[in-house]
Amino acid sequence: MNAPQLTIGVSIALSGMLATLLFASAAQAGLARWQPERVRGELQARIRSWWWIAGAFAFVAMLSREVTIALVAFTSFAALREYFSIIPMRRCDRRVLAWAYAAIPVQFLWAAIGWYGMFMVFIPVCLFLLLPMRTALNGETRGFLHAAGALHWGLMTCVFSLSHAAYLLALPAHVNPAGGNLGLLLYLALLTALNDVAQYCAGKLLGQRKVVPRVSPGKTVEGLLGGIAVTTALATTLAPLLTPFSPIESLGAGLLVALAGFLGDVVVSALKRDLGLKDSGTAIPGHGGVLDRVDSLTMTAPFFFHYLYYLHY
Amino acid sequence: MFTVDGVTKVVKSALHPSGSARGDGKRSRRTGVTARLRVPFIRWLLRPLLHLLLDLHVAHPQRLQLAGPAIVCANHNSHLDSLVLLSLFPACLLPRVRPVAAADYFLRNPLLAWVATTLIGIIPIDRDARARGLDPLAGCHEALARGDILLLFPEGTRGEPERRQPLRKGVAWLLEQHPDVPVVPVFLYGLGKALPRGAALPVPFACGVAVGETLAWRGCRETFMQDLESALQRLAAGPHGKPCE
Repeated sequence: MNAPQLTIGVSIALSGMLATLLFASAAQAGLARWQPERVRGELQARIRSWWWIAGAFAFVAMLSREVTIALVAFTSFAALREYFSIIPMRRCDRRVLAWAYAAIPVQFLWAAIGWYGMFMVFIPVCLFLLLPMRTALNGETRGFLHAAGALHWGLMTCVFSLSHAAYLLALPAHVNPAGGNLGLLLYLALLTALNDVAQYCAGKLLGQRKVVPRVSPGKTVEGLLGGIAVTTALATTLAPLLTPFSPIESLGAGLLVALAGFLGDVVVSALKRDLGLKDSGTAIPGHGGVLDRVDSLTMTAPFFFHYLYYLHY
Repeated sequence: MFTVDGVTKVVKSALHPSGSARGDGKRSRRTGVTARLRVPFIRWLLRPLLHLLLDLHVAHPQRLQLAGPAIVCANHNSHLDSLVLLSLFPACLLPRVRPVAAADYFLRNPLLAWVATTLIGIIPIDRDARARGLDPLAGCHEALARGDILLLFPEGTRGEPERRQPLRKGVAWLLEQHPDVPVVPVFLYGLGKALPRGAALPVPFACGVAVGETLAWRGCRETFMQDLESALQRLAAGPHGKPCE
């Protein structure tokens, strides 16, 4: 077990996270007290769920690097299970789904031991070639393309994409003395989460022009711009504490996370709309399902990872 | 992980000293050893495992906190059905909860019979008893008289995954002789996808349990079967259910 690196930067960022949550809870309590007619129960549930997510993250981050990777792996498993539960699947593909689940610990093992080449080809190459073979061996050709495509899309978004967040913990630590490996993961998680919140709030307050009305009617140009403004500001503020980024690079990272987060959200919305669902599940009170929560992370994690990897590793 | 579990165990047993111990004492003559192995098996292995792998959504589990003898009637699609139902009961009730299951299937070899009777605690039903002039429900009558909680699947068989089947009337015959015993209807979904009939490997899926309100005996077998059928249909169509595909 590697001892977690709690650098000064990480401690400051964690304190900032705590302060933000305290502020959100206080604002919610104040709103409930002074303007009860504007309060909806969903907001309270949502903030409470943020406390649980942040608490769980901070707790495992203190424990060890391996436990943190295991938590990301479990999140990945929960998202994939939710995806398999909402999409129409042929009964004969049960065994292939079992293979897909079995791929999760393997993919996160590559991340944990830092085997970069294997990590990058295992799902997009090995499984992409092997799973359709296993699907074909079922002998049922009707719906084959749909089954193979749906399976692979699920593995790519829920497992391959999210595993990039775990690989941040396996990068060489000496490159980033300010935040260590934990700092990189914290940076990605904080930016992605606050970008979601900022886009939502800016959209609610200022939203006028819809970006993709047919896919996600809640998304507005104003919300997107508000998210970009908040996220790039936060990215440049946190960069010296948590990352090896120069100020210009951190500006790019903020822009990248804001745009990727927006796109991840839109793509999962399109999936839900296709299936006629509002939420992907009910696992997280106030948010919906696991996929509803990690939708933006499925896009920000790989983009952020490769941006960072290209610039510094 | 192990230390966290251990601490929870210690704290819980300190909070509920009467918990499983009380159950053990009451049943010591019949199931002393069984309960000592069975209750921890269900609480500390089955329950965490099912919740970790299956993403169980449970609506109104408090309706299963039954004081006296009772019958829980659920639709049946999977071997996981009775395991999931068992995992929803509070530990102090577990020694009294008995799934009713087919003897010819579950007692067909010694290992399966040991698991079924010792760990799961089934009441075996002889499906051919009536042909030999015996009462197939004899074990159930005894159990209800002892104050046990029966888990019954009136569909009689698991059938096709995620499809309801007509209810069989055995439960009405049983109730006719125990008219004061409350019946709790339960609708289960998703488990037929996770482990359908004919499959050996469970695959994780989102699953749900909707526990309904207690049904009372209204003096007639047909009326009761209609009550039960419509209760299950309401649960399936309700906010916590999921209509069959």
